[in-house]
Amino acid sequence: MSEPELAHAGLNLGDTGALTQDQAENAIFGFWIFLMSDAVIFALLFATYGTMIASTVGGPTPASEFKLLPAFVETLLLLTSSATFGRATIAMKYDEPRRVLFGWLGATLGLGLVFLAFEANDFATMFAHGAYPMRSGFLSSFFALVGLHGLHVAVACFWLVVMVGQVCAYGLDARVRINLLRLGLFWHLLDIVWIAIFSVVYLQGNIG
Amino acid sequence: MSDRTRELRTYAVGYGLSLVLTVAAFAMVRWPSFGARAIFGGVLALGLVQMAVQFRCFLHISMKRSSRHDLQLILFSALIIALMVSGTLVILFNLRGRMMG
Repeated sequence: MSEPELAHAGLNLGDTGALTQDQAENAIFGFWIFLMSDAVIFALLFATYGTMIASTVGGPTPASEFKLLPAFVETLLLLTSSATFGRATIAMKYDEPRRVLFGWLGATLGLGLVFLAFEANDFATMFAHGAYPMRSGFLSSFFALVGLHGLHVAVACFWLVVMVGQVCAYGLDARVRINLLRLGLFWHLLDIVWIAIFSVVYLQGNIG
Repeated sequence: MSDRTRELRTYAVGYGLSLVLTVAAFAMVRWPSFGARAIFGGVLALGLVQMAVQFRCFLHISMKRSSRHDLQLILFSALIIALMVSGTLVILFNLRGRMMG
C-alpha cells in the first residue's frame, strides 16, 4: 500500500480533477503560514499563563475555579467536531450527495456551538464567583488565552455558515473547495490548541 | 483498498487514539495515584502525543517528502515557540524569585 505524495497539509484532493496540484499547493500553503503564526500567538499566551498561575493576589485560584467535568465534556465536543469536519471534507472530495456534506457540516457546527455554550457557562460561573479578568494576573492571562481560543471557535462557526452559503450559491467549484479545505485546517488546529489548554489550564489546575 | 476507505480509516484511527489519550489524561488527574509532579509530567506527555496524532491523522502531516515542506514549517515554528516560550518562562520566573522571594 503506497500512499500518494502529499502536496499540502490537510486532506489532499489528489487526482479527483477538482483542482490542479499547483492551485491547491499555493492556496493551502499560504493559509498554513497564517496558522503557524497563530500557533505562535497561542504559545506565548501559554507562556504568560504559566508565569501568572501563582499571581492570584488572594483571589480565586485555579483549584477553586476549574472543574474537571465541564472541561472533559468540552474536550469531547471539540474533538468530535474535528472528526466530523474531517468526514465532511471526505464527502466534499468524493462528491457525495449534497445532503451528506451538509449533514456532516451541520453536525460540526452544532458541536462547535454547544462547545461555545459550555464555555460561556463556565465563564458566567467564574464571573459569579468574582473571577473576572481584572481580579488578578492569573485571571487576566486565563481569559486572554481561553477567551481568544473561544473567539477563534466562534469565528470558525461563522465561517462554516458562510461556507454552506458558498456551496449553495456557487456549487463545489475549485474556489469553494479550497475554502473548505482551509476551514478544515483551521478547525483541526483549534482542536490541537485545545489539547494544550485542557492539559496546561484545566488539568494542571486540578492536580494536587 | 480505495483512497476513500484509507482516508476514512485515518480519521477514525485519529479520533479513536485521541479519545483514549484524552480519557487517560483526565483519569490520571481524577484518580491520582502518583505525586503531583509525576501526574503533571504524564498529562503533558499524553497531550504532546495527542497533538502528534492529530497532526498526523487530521492534518495529514507526515515524514513523506512534500513539495512545500509543511513539516519543515512546523518544525521551524516549533523552534521559534520553544525559544520564545522557554525564554519567557526563565526570565519571568527568575524575576519573580528575585522580587517576591
